Amino acid sequence: MNVLSQSAGSSELSGLEQETLFCVVSHMIPSSEELGLPGAADPKIFADILRSAGRDLPALRRALHVLNEMARQRIDALPPAEQTALLNNLRSVHPDLAGVLEAVTVRCYYRDDRVMTSLGMERRPPFPIGFDVPQGDWSLLEPVRLRGKIYRDVN
Amino acid sequence: MLNAMRNEPVDVLIIGAGASGAAVAWSLADTKMRILCLEQGDWPRSSDFPSASRNWEAQQSEDYSISPNRRGLAADYPINEDDSPIKIANYNGVGGGTVFYAGHFPRLHPSDFRVRSLDGVADDWPIDYQTLEPFYALNDRMMGIASLGGDPAYPPKEAVMPPIPLGRTGEKLGKAMNDLGWHWWPSDSAIATQEYQGRAPCINLGLCGAGCAQGAKASTDVTYWPEAVRARVELRTRCRVSRIETNDDGMATGACYFDPDGQERFQPAEIVIMACNGIGTPRILLNSASERFPNGLANSSGLVGKNLMFHPYAQIRGHFDEPLDGYRGPPICIWSMEFYETDEKRGFKRGYSYQFSRGLGPVRTAINGMADGLLPWGEAHHTAFRRLFCRSAGMVSVCEDLPEEINRVTLDPRMKDSNGVPAPKITYRIGENTQRMLEHSVARGIEILKTAGARDITHRSPLPYAGWHLMGTARMGKDPRRSVVNEWGRAHDVKNLFIVDGSIFVTSGGVNPTATIQAAALYIADQIKTRIYDLFE
Ligand SMILES: Cc1cc2nc3c(=O)[nH]c(=O)nc-3n(C[C@H](O)[C@H](O)[C@H](O)COP(=O)(O)OP(=O)(O)OC[C@H]3O[C@@H](n4cnc5c(N)ncnc54)[C@H](O)[C@@H]3O)c2cc1C
Ligand code: SF4
Repeated sequence: MNVLSQSAGSSELSGLEQETLFCVVSHMIPSSEELGLPGAADPKIFADILRSAGRDLPALRRALHVLNEMARQRIDALPPAEQTALLNNLRSVHPDLAGVLEAVTVRCYYRDDRVMTSLGMERRPPFPIGFDVPQGDWSLLEPVRLRGKIYRDVN
Repeated sequence: MLNAMRNEPVDVLIIGAGASGAAVAWSLADTKMRILCLEQGDWPRSSDFPSASRNWEAQQSEDYSISPNRRGLAADYPINEDDSPIKIANYNGVGGGTVFYAGHFPRLHPSDFRVRSLDGVADDWPIDYQTLEPFYALNDRMMGIASLGGDPAYPPKEAVMPPIPLGRTGEKLGKAMNDLGWHWWPSDSAIATQEYQGRAPCINLGLCGAGCAQGAKASTDVTYWPEAVRARVELRTRCRVSRIETNDDGMATGACYFDPDGQERFQPAEIVIMACNGIGTPRILLNSASERFPNGLANSSGLVGKNLMFHPYAQIRGHFDEPLDGYRGPPICIWSMEFYETDEKRGFKRGYSYQFSRGLGPVRTAINGMADGLLPWGEAHHTAFRRLFCRSAGMVSVCEDLPEEINRVTLDPRMKDSNGVPAPKITYRIGENTQRMLEHSVARGIEILKTAGARDITHRSPLPYAGWHLMGTARMGKDPRRSVVNEWGRAHDVKNLFIVDGSIFVTSGGVNPTATIQAAALYIADQIKTRIYDLFE
């Protein structure tokens, strides 16, 4: 929970909103020991999420508010199985709000160095190095050529 | 207007510095007339583009979002799109939509100019493919188009540069198309594949849709505009036009605009050229209503703002067991015109093209995967993600939208931009013919992906955030009762007012419009030059 108090100043979310969001992201993308991956509740990633809601902040607030209303109490006070059930319910009843929670989470999770490395991505912006793409086999077009003209004559 | 400061007059005033405004400015520059362009946005800065940052995907939801309503930047005006299932995408700044476009650059086909004669729907254009052909070719050279000659879906056309790579995605989908016996071809792309007139070649950043930091993509801020400015066209940025003024003779006298300090000014001009796109142009014309033109300027037909066409899109994507190109490379690689021309057996008139696309970055993979139910929350997330990431490919269908007067742009009675100019309101619904076309394209798209060996196939139809082709709202025609501009782009009602952007399209065709928008703008500029001595008769 340390991360919550650490990052409180850098976010416009209230303490309760942050705690609710923390619970949501822990369920959404847990860490994986097997793959050596952090979860979305990892302190660095979660701090990034709190900083980066950007234009989604009002919608994010709405989503957290609805979730808390559905929980009727602090969501993190519920047993884990009930938390999961509640989140599943939110996703089926309010897919748009769930979509906001997902977007703000994955936009930060999938730019974390550790996560990118595990996906085989280089830890750099695309520019200025760019990427290689193979030309491909141009001879595949032969049958298309052989079939001949397909546009319609107008005269 | 009464309090507006009056500038020095110019010969030609162009409003909007996007795809068409740039082309017309460059073409008219050799007349040595005094030409000024007013643009509400700024020059884009390529060093700020998302591909130059670690944040490249997230930035596309912020300042580099394609939705002006989401961006809400100083250059943007709000758009009431509540009454449309398709939402508007644009870029307001030098280059206009070409800063964000994918650079997929098909021409219309000859049949597109003759839809009434051939298929009994909509209207014929007053010009034809042959009229535009030399201007398509000129525009291809100016923009620097990469393509492969010999596409059997088109009359012969010259290739300026080698095509963009097929990659693993193009190969995979091309093979499937061959198995089905269906047409496909590498896309004509407004992307330099080699050094071209000072532009560096594409390095496969994959982010054409958010501005090309490499400068390989042909947005008009790096193609036409530098040439036009060198030829002494003046481009004034951060200047938003609110209305066109007219005199007692019914001629345009110039435009009122807000300068970067929010000061209202009047720019007198002999000729006014509108290039604000299919939404921005009717907005300004409607806002230019006066005693003499009570329904808006150039609107005696009542058609300003009507017949809005978008090209509804369906998206069909699948996943493969082996890795494909993923987020690398220009996103669109090949096209198909198999279902382009009318075939009555399909249950609809006219047709659609497919543009086939490579994969997505990790963030977009996750967002789509979750929305499509392919990517669970919880323990299983990581394994499922690895089955999707860099393994997806698919297509969108670009469906011909027929003109219907109920689809329209009007002025919103309440919403205004930061200068107090009324915002446009969009009223749009998908017509039955287009709906059937969308369904057909989804079914065929699934067939293609299955043939290619895809699993986990998903589709979205219509694609909601895909209102990027804005056409038809000031249509071209010979009959002043049925059109807004004549066959060379001059307003029927105002003899020194021209329109050169996507508004003048009579029909939409089933391909992306920018090659045709620019070819038409060059053609209209050529007409202005040819007729210069009796232009206003
Ligand atoms: C995300 C995206 C992807 C696209 N992909 C493709 C593609 O692959 N292929 C394709 O062919 N097309 C594509 N397009 C569409 C393409 O960008 C447009 O067809 C093209 O830019 C339209 O040209 P235009 O001249 O009509 O208007 P625009 O290029 O939109 O230019 C209009 C200009 O006018 C300015 N303006 C508007 N109102 C005012 C005012 N009141 N005062 C001053 N200035 C004003 C605007 O700021 C803008 O710069 C895409 C568009 C987007 C947004
Ligand atoms: S893929 Fe090519 S054209 Fe597109 S952004 Fe990258 S370098 Fe530019």
